[in-house]
Amino acid sequence: MGHSVIIVDYEAGNLGSVYRACEAVGLKARVSADPKTIVEADRVIFPGVGTAESAMVTLSRLGLDEALLAFAQSGRPLLGICLGLQILLDRPEEGDRTCLGLIPGECRRFDFEGAENKVPQIGWNAVNALQDHPIHKGMPTGAEFYFVHSYYAVPTFEADVIAQTTYGKRTFASVIGRDNLFATQFHLEKSGRFGLELLAAFGQWGGAGC
Amino acid sequence: MLSKRVVACLDVKDGQLAKSIKFVDTQTIGDPVAKARQYYQEGLDELVFYDITASSDNRNIMLDVVANVAQEIFIPFSVGGGIRTLGDADALLRAGAEKINVNSAAVLRPTLIKDCAQAIGAQNTVLSMDVRQVAPNTACPSGYEVVINGGRKAMGLDAIQWAKEGCALGAGEIVVNSIDADGTKEGYEINLTRWVSEAVSVPVVASGGAGTPAHLAEVLTEGKADAALVASMVHYGHFTISEIKAYLTEQGVKVRTLY
Repeated sequence: MGHSVIIVDYEAGNLGSVYRACEAVGLKARVSADPKTIVEADRVIFPGVGTAESAMVTLSRLGLDEALLAFAQSGRPLLGICLGLQILLDRPEEGDRTCLGLIPGECRRFDFEGAENKVPQIGWNAVNALQDHPIHKGMPTGAEFYFVHSYYAVPTFEADVIAQTTYGKRTFASVIGRDNLFATQFHLEKSGRFGLELLAAFGQWGGAGC
Repeated sequence: MLSKRVVACLDVKDGQLAKSIKFVDTQTIGDPVAKARQYYQEGLDELVFYDITASSDNRNIMLDVVANVAQEIFIPFSVGGGIRTLGDADALLRAGAEKINVNSAAVLRPTLIKDCAQAIGAQNTVLSMDVRQVAPNTACPSGYEVVINGGRKAMGLDAIQWAKEGCALGAGEIVVNSIDADGTKEGYEINLTRWVSEAVSVPVVASGGAGTPAHLAEVLTEGKADAALVASMVHYGHFTISEIKAYLTEQGVKVRTLY
């Protein structure tokens, strides 16, 4: 029997590409907005685009914030993608609403001036590992992934930073993780072969960190 | 460091890959899904499908093509051509596109950009503009004018002004297509591209005129483009995506080379 992966649907972007990427690597996935289904899943993928502030409003309206917290406590593997990474932290830069607080830290907006580095960052950038995480190991040095974001994660503890990326003068945490949580700022479902390899590795991962 | 992107544009007519020269003659040159797969394997960074189907009866064919591509291509994928309403955009997104390119309809009804940006996100809303050079005049002080309907109708609208307005309405990316350069294989319109890139804060994709890898190097440096669009130079097999990227790397232009 294949692993059952639930992709969290909270009206934050097109989930079709995540679903199709799962199919491509042989992961049996289903899209769901039902809190019970999420709490009971074998694995959860938490994607999303948009702002953390408005996403948190939707998550709490749908009762999914509690479901995600409960799932995270279970020790089963959770994969955050893009906004799904940012929401694992304590808080967004703007607004006073708190995020899930599963990994200590906050988000900040790229603060570049001039046309040299545009905001959002859109495109392919290298992801350099700082730690030998079971999911990320095997990625060649300099492998690039596809980013679309204006905010970046600033985890409080360096131990939670698995890989980093440099955009303009800013080097930020592009992969974070703690225990059974693993999250990428980039869209691994849009990052070609290496993105699919990460997704496949998540599908095999037992949920233990480095 | 962020890489510059090589983007392949496939004009699709009645489900078949077509290539136009100066927007007039179109000939079909194969299966768009097969081409997309080939470019993906060669390290393409992004894919654009442009629907140039004339008859609205055949527009559903495009949805099938998009769905087939989305099954096997895992890089950013945008679709344009004939998108007049949010409903058109939505159908393409549901079929598997992730970015939507609006063009003529946005010139006629600029709120289309705003509607799309609100519904699908600015980062997925791309403003494509077809531009030709004119003598600078009051309406077009830059000497670059926006045209619509496949280049057939001039709008008396300044391209630089329109790019700024499009961004203010929520476009997350701008594709600048030079009608004068399109299909010539003599190089991109460098001035136009640079002016637009300097005028807006979102990424700019240069389009029209690519014939050699040197043309891409030029527009990605001098032209200040964030991405360069290629069509016939790869469709007819004159160059592969890998060859283009190898050349750009040699010239010191940062592109993605591991794939």
